Amino acid sequence: MAQSTVRALVLPLLGLAAVLLAWTALSQTVAPDLPSPLRTWQESRRYVLEPFFKDGEMNQGILRLAFYSLVRVAKGYLLALLLGTPLGFLLGLSRTFHQSFDPIVQFLRPISPLAWLPLGLVIFQKSEPAAVFTIALCAMWPTVINTAVGVRSISQDYLNVGRVLRLSRAKMLSKIIVPASLPYVFTGYRLSLGLAWLVIVAAEMLTGTPGVGGFLWQEYNSLVYSHIILSVVTIGAVGLALDRLMGLVEARIRAS
Amino acid sequence: MAYLDVRDLRRSYVTPRGTAHVLGGVNLALDEGEFVAIVGYSGSGKTTLVSLLGGLIQPDHGEIVLDGAPVTGPGPERGIVFQQYSLLPWMTVHENVALAVDAVNPGRPAAERRRITDEFVALVGLTPAAWKRPSQLSGGMRQRVAVARGLAMRPKLLLLDEPFSALDALTRATLQDELLSIWGAHRSTVVLITNDVDEAILLADRIYPMTPGPGAVLGPAIEVGLPRPRARRHLSLEPAYQKARQAIVDFLRACRRPAA
Repeated sequence: MAQSTVRALVLPLLGLAAVLLAWTALSQTVAPDLPSPLRTWQESRRYVLEPFFKDGEMNQGILRLAFYSLVRVAKGYLLALLLGTPLGFLLGLSRTFHQSFDPIVQFLRPISPLAWLPLGLVIFQKSEPAAVFTIALCAMWPTVINTAVGVRSISQDYLNVGRVLRLSRAKMLSKIIVPASLPYVFTGYRLSLGLAWLVIVAAEMLTGTPGVGGFLWQEYNSLVYSHIILSVVTIGAVGLALDRLMGLVEARIRAS
Repeated sequence: MAYLDVRDLRRSYVTPRGTAHVLGGVNLALDEGEFVAIVGYSGSGKTTLVSLLGGLIQPDHGEIVLDGAPVTGPGPERGIVFQQYSLLPWMTVHENVALAVDAVNPGRPAAERRRITDEFVALVGLTPAAWKRPSQLSGGMRQRVAVARGLAMRPKLLLLDEPFSALDALTRATLQDELLSIWGAHRSTVVLITNDVDEAILLADRIYPMTPGPGAVLGPAIEVGLPRPRARRHLSLEPAYQKARQAIVDFLRACRRPAA
């Protein structure tokens, strides 16, 4: 095996070992309530080895919980794309629209999911739509902004082709503006998915709905701290998988 | 009135360093079916003139009349072959040409538009590459697609903006020859903008030298007295060729600013 391959395999394992060591040391010294890696594994093995069992509303295998969270994220994310993409195109295409709404977009963008969720509960009276609403509202901004930037950075050369051919507005949009801005739009989609997954934990914690985030909060209240770590690791793994998946889709779009 | 009548065209740009007067009153007249070249140094305002003729920008002063109708904006009756090709990279060769064919033949059935597209792709010899995207093509092939798209608009006036300047010398010669034979068959009205004197003489009936800006104008017309069909071989030995070349070079040298 080539030396670089060995390094690529061994070094990440060494890094992981160092983190586990530090975690163990921490649990043995300053934070006695923090379960050690070994204890975490012993108390979590059923959730991992039987990932789809279901004993009750909140006592379920980790992949089943992750699946609930993913379905919720998918709803919120689709809503974010459905709202964010046209909004981004309008902001990019119309100077009037941009001048009217860009300040509001800039104002709404930095608002935390924790702030939107109670408002969602007030509006919808139920936790599920409130969570989806919060995810959509927090996750749509990268799509909005990247789409708008993509539209505004379309080369004048491409637009001139459309002008010389006197394409209708619809044709200009479908033949030139949308395909030319597609790489930017997909970067927005990828960033939005990352944000949607980031928001899910907060949304589930506050609403107590079944999912990885809800499970995490419930296990904290039941003093089963090892399951908090299990949830955290699961959230990280799913987030990484989602990002890689979108990266592959994006690479395909750019290549075509 | 001539087929294409350009009168006292002026255009300036506002830049951070003040107003730049690019064109200072350009006059031009073409009959139908004529091939005219405008030759000038880089930066003298040739691309501004093409953009004005194409209607992509508006003049500050003066007017352009094509076939009796004043030019007020861009339109397919003035097809442009851009210097940087301007092919749409997400479309295949066939789709790039079809975009033009579909735009100018909205009333015809799809099968017929497709046949017309095939014809223009074949005209520039790209049938084997019809389903490739521009990124898979060489520079010469890309410019062929751009020429096919320009011709597919069936324009009253075809504008060629330094069409071969980005190509290597051998490819450029091939494309010039191809353009010569295509024009021989179609006889469209063409304005070619170039900085290549030999290219202008090979292709054009008449050549206008352009003075270097600011305030560029066109010099007196130089007739190219070479018979058609022309062939590249031995052309440079013809007395008419040398006479035209001398006249252009003399004019451009004489009006060149001392600093250049």
